[in-house]
Amino acid sequence: MAADEQQIRALLEAIPDPEIPVINIVEMGIVRDIEIDGDRLRVDITPTYTGCPAMHEIKTAVHAAVADLGFGDVEVRTVYAPAWTTDTWSNETRQKLKDYGIAPPGPTGDESPLPFSSEQKPVACPFCDAVDTELKSAFGSTACKSLHFCRACHQPFEHFKCH
Amino acid sequence: MMAAAIDDAVRSDLFDYLLRLGDDNLVLGQRLGEWCGHGPTLEEDIGLANISLDCLGQATSLLRLAGEVEGRGRDEDRLAFHRDVREFNNAMLVEQPNGDYAKTIVRQFLYDAFGYHQFEALTGAPNEDLAGIAAKAVKEVRYHVRHAGEWLVRFGDGTEESHRRAQEALDELWCYTDELFERDEVVARLVDHGLAADPAVIRPKWDAMVKQVAERATLTLPEDTYQSTGSRQGIHTEHLGHLLAEMQILPRTYPDAKW
Repeated sequence: MAADEQQIRALLEAIPDPEIPVINIVEMGIVRDIEIDGDRLRVDITPTYTGCPAMHEIKTAVHAAVADLGFGDVEVRTVYAPAWTTDTWSNETRQKLKDYGIAPPGPTGDESPLPFSSEQKPVACPFCDAVDTELKSAFGSTACKSLHFCRACHQPFEHFKCH
Repeated sequence: MMAAAIDDAVRSDLFDYLLRLGDDNLVLGQRLGEWCGHGPTLEEDIGLANISLDCLGQATSLLRLAGEVEGRGRDEDRLAFHRDVREFNNAMLVEQPNGDYAKTIVRQFLYDAFGYHQFEALTGAPNEDLAGIAAKAVKEVRYHVRHAGEWLVRFGDGTEESHRRAQEALDELWCYTDELFERDEVVARLVDHGLAADPAVIRPKWDAMVKQVAERATLTLPEDTYQSTGSRQGIHTEHLGHLLAEMQILPRTYPDAKW
């Protein structure tokens, strides 16, 4: 009848993040837990940013992915704890992001709330690897990304913020 | 969503408190949204829109939890769009009009310095849902307060005009700051259960952060001024009514609309 956890995970790995389609929602860290109890399936997802507008689309995509598996009762739950973090990302995921043209997040350090505390660690350009880059805005096209400019190759680029 | 069980003894207080947190972010998010398309530079237009979205996301999670705690079937949309001024618990600071960019930035900085320490304190709450929301929110507000602080330093330690505007904004908004740290009966009871940030703990942290950034910005913090109070009990300035009228008109006119 229904599938096992491995199969379901594989189906969810086929769902791309709506904003960054080279990365799937499982490696993004959005899928938290898969629980099978006979005819019942529960998938827990967690939002990246609290206001992330893609969560609704992701929930719909998860329902659609498991619709043909034959479960009688499917629940997709949004959970908040433990908080989503980029620290769970693998090196492969970070490389995919870089190849796509977005500078990947580094490890979350002691992020300070004080002004100009981020100036000490410039982000490397995903196109030419130079560190002679400058921050243009802490907020880019989405809340999860910041906007930078590379002084070496003269291209603007986005950085997925450490979170 | 609610994973944790709520003790009936604290249910009413927790609902009240969650409305304070949720309404703060809902009203602030709405104010920031007013800059969309009108920002002084493209990067700031996008920046404020992103911060606004974070605020609205936090408001959504907090108001959803509030509705579950209340247990009367009200979800986040019902709470956001179908309450009137006297039922809103947001701080007066966040409902103040945007004014010029200095005023928007000063308002943002003063509020975020509070929000950052408040969420940090709540990450230790014994309620899993509240602690989870706080753990996410503190990371986001960290970026907000840094952004606002950086602009405050540029304005204060900037030109004569930017310094004057920033100082005027500080002088005008200072009377709304004490209210953030009031310890009324609701807060006092919740603090005993670990379910509210203790004002006695977060006030000194806010003082230190504001003082540090103001000094760097060469701005003077006002002293011994009149302080407003009452918003946590639904008493607001004349501005909230207009903001809610604009924000709520569509759902109130078409209450059964779906999209």
